[in-house]
Amino acid sequence: MAFSIKGIKVPHRKNTAGTEVKRMVIENTVTLPMVMHIGAPAVPVIKAGDEVSIGTLVAKAGDGISSPIYSSVSGNVVGISDVVISNGRKVPAIKIDSDGKNTVDENIAAPVITDKATLINAIKDSGVVGLGGAGFPTYVKFNTDKAIDYLIVNCAECEPYITSDTYTMLERADEMAYAIDVILKYIDVKKVIIGIEKNKRTAIAKMKELASKNSKISVKVLPSVYPTGGEKVLVYRTTGRVIKEGKLPADVGCIVCNCTTLATLGNYFKTGMPLVEKCVTVDGSAIQNPQNVIVPIGIAIKDVFEFTGGFKSEVGKVIYGGPMMGISVPSMDEPVLKQTNALLALNEKDSKQGEETACIQCGTCVRNCPFGINVIELARSYEKGEYDKLEKYGLGICMECGCCAYNCPANRPLVQLHKLAKISLREWKEKEGNA
Amino acid sequence: MENKLHLSVSPHIHRKRTTTGIMLDVIIALLPTTIAGVLIFGLRALAVIGVCVGTSVLSEVLFNLIIKKKQTVKDLSCIVTGLLLALNLPANAPLWQCAVGSVFAIIVVKCLFGGIGKNVVNPAITARVFMLVAFTSLATPAFPVDSTAGATPLVSETAPELTDLLLGKVGGAIGEVCSVALLIGGVYLLIRKVISWHIPVAFIGTVFIFSFLVKDFSLSAALVQVLSGGLLIGAIFMATDYTTSPETSLGKIVFGVGAGLITALIRFWGVYPEGVSFGILLMNILNPYICSLTARKLFGGGKKK
Ligand code: SF4
Ligand code: SF4
Repeated sequence: MAFSIKGIKVPHRKNTAGTEVKRMVIENTVTLPMVMHIGAPAVPVIKAGDEVSIGTLVAKAGDGISSPIYSSVSGNVVGISDVVISNGRKVPAIKIDSDGKNTVDENIAAPVITDKATLINAIKDSGVVGLGGAGFPTYVKFNTDKAIDYLIVNCAECEPYITSDTYTMLERADEMAYAIDVILKYIDVKKVIIGIEKNKRTAIAKMKELASKNSKISVKVLPSVYPTGGEKVLVYRTTGRVIKEGKLPADVGCIVCNCTTLATLGNYFKTGMPLVEKCVTVDGSAIQNPQNVIVPIGIAIKDVFEFTGGFKSEVGKVIYGGPMMGISVPSMDEPVLKQTNALLALNEKDSKQGEETACIQCGTCVRNCPFGINVIELARSYEKGEYDKLEKYGLGICMECGCCAYNCPANRPLVQLHKLAKISLREWKEKEGNA
Repeated sequence: MENKLHLSVSPHIHRKRTTTGIMLDVIIALLPTTIAGVLIFGLRALAVIGVCVGTSVLSEVLFNLIIKKKQTVKDLSCIVTGLLLALNLPANAPLWQCAVGSVFAIIVVKCLFGGIGKNVVNPAITARVFMLVAFTSLATPAFPVDSTAGATPLVSETAPELTDLLLGKVGGAIGEVCSVALLIGGVYLLIRKVISWHIPVAFIGTVFIFSFLVKDFSLSAALVQVLSGGLLIGAIFMATDYTTSPETSLGKIVFGVGAGLITALIRFWGVYPEGVSFGILLMNILNPYICSLTARKLFGGGKKK
């Protein structure tokens, strides 16, 4: 079963690691889209004119998989209107005018947790979703009947630039430890493994200190190659277990949880303060002063950039998240979301895609794919419309990490091609099914 | 602040390596060999190189003009093809034949199949074999200007000196003779990670071991086989052509061993004195099969149907 997961070397550019973190105090408006997670939209429970404080519930979780949303400022609700989120979907969003006072909701109290069910409820009520960028509601991962051997804490932070998880490890280790204690009390987990890339020396020391207090916790230092933080990659590198196509970590007895997710849970378990603010890394070639800053969720991206000192050159592209898997945003009016861990602004030069030329069959894409996907044949089948072959060449396990495209000398937009291929495959299957 | 932002699918950074950059590296790696060839064989060699490169570039430009395709000269691959073909020809090759060979390489082998990345066999190799068959006089090699040696090492009765082989004081094609220059180019390509070691080592290693066994376990005889003829230029520069060789390390080794075996068989028992071109050409044709047999395994084994 030994499979050597490949990884690639990408520039680290961790300019902001361990730097001082400022908290942004705001008097602006925040916008809270009802979809900041994977699953059903949250349902607003307030109306225009209502007075809210930090931590006031403004939208409850929708049916099925969903997550509640809390106000990140104190002030008045302006109203609910539609916004277009970055995947092009139109969703309602609550706008709240800050009064600049930052009053905390007085009803906030630590949740009462007595068993697994109340623990899962508490995780759901915290509004926490996968803060590493995925945005999958965290309670769903814990709400499993499968036997869990490992809780894997994802501290890999393998994307260039981003250091907000490093901030968590350095400054919020207590909250992480608190969350682990509570979880271990009510969920039968054999071991907790903290997986961290070896380029983060101070954070490793901090995590080892955390682990020394509980014999169930261990730290696993991982190679600094991208994409170590990919869920399947991390599970394999920490436990040697292979998650097959279409399966979840729980199927191999694992729960993977990002460290900031964990710390936020810890804070909620302790104080009852739900997810209302995020530490985001502000960096990129157009940024004047790269830094980490704690901002209220829902603040407009442009306000964050203004707070950090603006730009040193014209901005060509703004990215939610890291440069390898992040999403480029159409406008700086977009808000910081729950799962936003970085805001990158690239200058005009770095924003342009290189000219696409013909594939030279160099095989670089194939050799660099962590999962051994036959990118050349996959692309060829997709372009020829041979959708029946896509799965054979591995489309189903593609995590869109971009290792293939990053290295392609012909500048082919391979990740885009894989995304389109996935859509085509789904449509093709539906049509075949109906026929 | 409200300027238009670029939107694109991730990744948003890219390694700064392009097709043009790779081809430029190959040209740089071929420079020592090219210079050595001109020094050894004189200006006539330069004329062959000039005609081959010039005709190759012109052919590609004209072809793209005629079929109204975007010009692709910028990727420099037609220069690489022209240069490689020239280096595989004797310095006394008639220039019109050089031109015909180049047109064949670019138009027939490359462009008609769809251009860069789409050719099935290596253009330079195929053109050389085509010329060998079409213009039989090419079998007579040119000799170094200051040499009195009789024939190319592969057909000569007396074993050549190793130092002569290394420095190119033997007969042969322009770019075949100076082993030192070829090895320098090979090391450069390895350092720049343009090629990996698998194909050259498997190819040359197979010829070496085979010769060692056939030549009564004589190390020096085996070494002569390695340093003679078109083996080095073929193994380092032509067999490693991306389009016509496998992607995986295992595939590359299979490819190299196969090409080495064919080369040795032809050298020892074939009608032609040299087998490198045929070895590569045959493996080019087998490449799709090698690729599918040596494809990487999917993580988790892929979908169970
Ligand atoms: S890396 Fe790009 S050029 Fe090379 S084989 Fe893959 S798609 Fe083709
Ligand atoms: S994006 Fe998909 S195909 Fe490309 S390297 Fe990542 S997993 Fe492999």
